[in-house]
Amino acid sequence: MAASLRALRRRIRSTRSTKKIFSAQELIAGARIVRAQARVEASQPYAREITRVLSALAGSASLDHPLLSERPEPKRVAVLVITSDRGFAGSYNVNVLRRTEELLGLLRNEGKEPLVYVIGRKGETYYRFRDRPVEESWTGFSEQPKYEDAQEVGRTLIDAFTAGEDDADGDGGADGILGVDELHIVYTEFRSLLAQVPVAKRMAPLVVEEVDDLGDGDGADAGQDQSARSSEVPTSYEFEPSAEALLDALLPKYVTTRIYAALLESAASESASRRRAMKSASDNAEELAKNLSRQANQARQAGITQEISEIVGGADALVSSSSDN
Amino acid sequence: MATLQVELVAVEKMIWSGEASMVIARTTEGELGVLPGHAPLLGELAPGGVVRIRPESGEDLVVAAHGGFLSVTERGVSILAETAEISTDIDVERAREALRRAEQAGDDPEALAAARRAQSRLRAAGQDA
Repeated sequence: MAASLRALRRRIRSTRSTKKIFSAQELIAGARIVRAQARVEASQPYAREITRVLSALAGSASLDHPLLSERPEPKRVAVLVITSDRGFAGSYNVNVLRRTEELLGLLRNEGKEPLVYVIGRKGETYYRFRDRPVEESWTGFSEQPKYEDAQEVGRTLIDAFTAGEDDADGDGGADGILGVDELHIVYTEFRSLLAQVPVAKRMAPLVVEEVDDLGDGDGADAGQDQSARSSEVPTSYEFEPSAEALLDALLPKYVTTRIYAALLESAASESASRRRAMKSASDNAEELAKNLSRQANQARQAGITQEISEIVGGADALVSSSSDN
Repeated sequence: MATLQVELVAVEKMIWSGEASMVIARTTEGELGVLPGHAPLLGELAPGGVVRIRPESGEDLVVAAHGGFLSVTERGVSILAETAEISTDIDVERAREALRRAEQAGDDPEALAAARRAQSRLRAAGQDA
């Protein structure tokens, strides 16, 4: 009995200390969500402006820019997946990766060949473990992405896309490099603290999206923006340099902005999932510790009862043996 | 007098917004001054450029804006930059150091871009570059 009591006490101790780790993680993640949300918020003005400028341009320039035009027979397709660097985030990575698998299946059914680009260590290990090729991967910034990170990723993807322009039937074309014909991105959208949804979007050929798709911009703001835009689009702009040159310079930046926004959203979602996972883990640990201490108390009381009955029994035996004499 | 509603936004955050009487910037085509009532315009800022925002009263706001665009509408002026720094926040020593390093790094595109960034920061801070 005493041995099992000791074992129980040891388990209680270890459960309690694991719980401390969980709740610390929960607190950190909680603080990170707030910061991540603030960064999503802070990136909105730029996203809004660049979209506005781009829609103004789209109205004036001819739209045969490679980033805007559909290729006749898309063959190779790049898919960028945003996962986290660390685990402990519940179903966050599983959900994104499952969404990615769906997209890959869909693309294969359409007769396209998907190439995977990964951000985050978890996604990287997922594909490496399954022995599936990853075109390129970036790690180390999933929780606090910087614009430079988005720039690096964007540059790689846009280069691949531009290289794909003259490809013909498994041949690199004039530049000899096999590129891609479409760019897709899979990331986790931060709807609220309780809901994060993995989404897949096509980045190129580009569809200029309304600003509120870039983040959780509140509806009122977006509405105002829209009305402002509809009154502005007819105005004819002067361009310095030409509209085409401007479009050339702007579109890659727009793609990068989209990647950056996706990174920020994913970072917020990651922290939110992590906080939720850690909250339930620490609740479970608390529950477990409570049950264990009940068992320990029972064992302790059983031990005492047994000792008492042994003493009483011993005393009775002594009394009866002495009265026999 | 009419004023311009100016917004200066960098990718990671809004840097400055407010009223101004004039904005001076350099696009890839040349130096440009924007007064209230200017015709709608979209321009690409010259790399390593400096933007001056003249408020109604007080000192000019000098900004090192890199990789950006200038958009003038009837509502005002917005300046979009990948990175932007207000002159008073610029650390001259660090910018010089960055310029030196970038110049030594040779002439790959990264180093050239870094050099231009450093130059625009120095210019905005009123130093020779």
